[in-house]
Amino acid sequence: MNSASRRLWRTSPLTYVALVLATLFSIYPFYYMVVIATRSLDSINDVPPPVTPSGSFGDNFGRVLDNEAANFLTGLLNSVIVSGIVTVSVVITGSLAGFAFAKLRFRGRNALLLTIIVTMMIPTQLGLIPLWGMIQDLNWFDTLYAVTVPFLVSAFGVFMMRQYATQAISDELIEAGRVDGASTFRIYWSIVLPALRPAAAVLGLLTFMETWNSFLWPYAVLTSENPTLQVSLAFLSYAYYTDYSQVFAATAVGTLPLVIVFIVFGRQIVGGIMEGAVKS
Amino acid sequence: MSLSATTAPPSPAAPPPRPPARRRSRSHSLTRMDLKYSPYLYIAPFFVVFGIFGLYPMLRTAWMSLHDWNLIGDHSFIGFDNYVALVKDEYFWNATLNTFGIFLLSTIPQLLLALFLANLLNRTFLRARTLFRMAIFMPNVVSVAAVAIVFGMLFQRDFGVINWLLSFVGIDAVDWDAERWSSWTAIASMVNWRWTGYNTLILLAGMQAIPRDLYEAAALDGASQWKQFWRITLPMLTPTFVFVVILSTIGGLQLFTEPLVFANGNIIGGDQREFQTLAMYMYELGIENLNTAGYGAAVAWAMFLMIALVSGINFLLVRRTVK
Repeated sequence: MNSASRRLWRTSPLTYVALVLATLFSIYPFYYMVVIATRSLDSINDVPPPVTPSGSFGDNFGRVLDNEAANFLTGLLNSVIVSGIVTVSVVITGSLAGFAFAKLRFRGRNALLLTIIVTMMIPTQLGLIPLWGMIQDLNWFDTLYAVTVPFLVSAFGVFMMRQYATQAISDELIEAGRVDGASTFRIYWSIVLPALRPAAAVLGLLTFMETWNSFLWPYAVLTSENPTLQVSLAFLSYAYYTDYSQVFAATAVGTLPLVIVFIVFGRQIVGGIMEGAVKS
Repeated sequence: MSLSATTAPPSPAAPPPRPPARRRSRSHSLTRMDLKYSPYLYIAPFFVVFGIFGLYPMLRTAWMSLHDWNLIGDHSFIGFDNYVALVKDEYFWNATLNTFGIFLLSTIPQLLLALFLANLLNRTFLRARTLFRMAIFMPNVVSVAAVAIVFGMLFQRDFGVINWLLSFVGIDAVDWDAERWSSWTAIASMVNWRWTGYNTLILLAGMQAIPRDLYEAAALDGASQWKQFWRITLPMLTPTFVFVVILSTIGGLQLFTEPLVFANGNIIGGDQREFQTLAMYMYELGIENLNTAGYGAAVAWAMFLMIALVSGINFLLVRRTVK
């Protein structure tokens, strides 16, 4: 690089100041959550507000567990089940369909792919009211079917896998499988799926986070008797806003799994999002 | 039809050895079936599930909106009466105003900040690049419900951190959920916090796709950094920027969880509907009050039309200003 461009891309100390500030703003609410979650109830009304964690997390979380109205543990377990099933299903159905759209020839392929892309642009809230009625008719209200079955497939998942399969898998590889006499499914299972693994991991992580965090629909079809974690948190915060250390202890426990997942896989998630952005 | 030698049919003089006839034709037809029909099998799960739980309810919303529809049972066709009523509905316009107010307060600062941060992160010689990227994206990992709970506390009137900070510059404690501007600000700050990092990453990805030699040439011509940003970065970033703007529009106009949790579950959003959004109003009409489901469906379609309209306007606007 010549000196002009080196000067152009230099990083001044001010850049770091700005980025550190942005980082602090991003991290602070997490830190604040931990502070309140570990504080005793009477210390959170202090002025000035508490700024350091303390040792009351056990007490606070104990109140969450004793709180029969919130069903927090049920919510936690439900969220694990629902997010797990939805993630596995979205990855499998997405990779199957993505493989078909990328590598197989069939009549109507382009029109069907276009349909999927168009559906990605329609807000799901448009169908909310009739879908709620359908859940009633199916007798799925307040059951996990209601929050699982409609989300077993994802247009974004199909599209993402299709994009990845198009460039990651060569036609020769599939042709070689055919010459060896493998069926299409065998080719998917032994050649395509292993090659799609990096994209499948990112899709799985994004799907898991999205399902874990989803609120509007679970809130509409579940009650506090059988909630997901987010629904349980909402009811907890409505009813116990006078006991914020309890609410925050629950919120911290509900947030922590994703923060850990993010710290472990953050590089891939961030990379996946940036890569997806360039292609779309 | 190509006439080149490579695609000419193989000479009949040397026929390939034939395997036993029966086995060959059976496996052959199986392979043909496999080739011809199995692709449909692979895409079927998506279309079946999406058709039942995605597409059908969307279309049914349109049908419902033309009825006086009670989710418990009764319905009668009334044509466009719901839409006529909507135009005169004070609460509908109130929700529209709130939605657009919060939308502008969140989208504009968010995108400007994201553009600024992406430009910083785009420096070649930046240290700890991955760390900064991850830290800035981190808010997007938390659930909206958790964000609303935490920010609800930060914006508490009596012992919230925000009011405490404001007291240093001599501003009296603000009752954040009691008034329009203040509740809009509080809710918009939740949206800004959660989405700025995401938009930063998308814009950064767009910036990194811009060829570096454009900047080198500009630098040799003596163009300042600011000028390069305006003349190279922004124009080259248009497609990404359009994408980000439209994504923010779709999300912003559907805002639901933040105002709901901020209102402690009160679907009308504040005592005087100060921050009831369109999505909340639709929920109030279609799900809290089952007997107005048809009217709620009309709100859903009105929302969809607004999203399409605003996305379209944004698309044209961004194209025009930046190109």
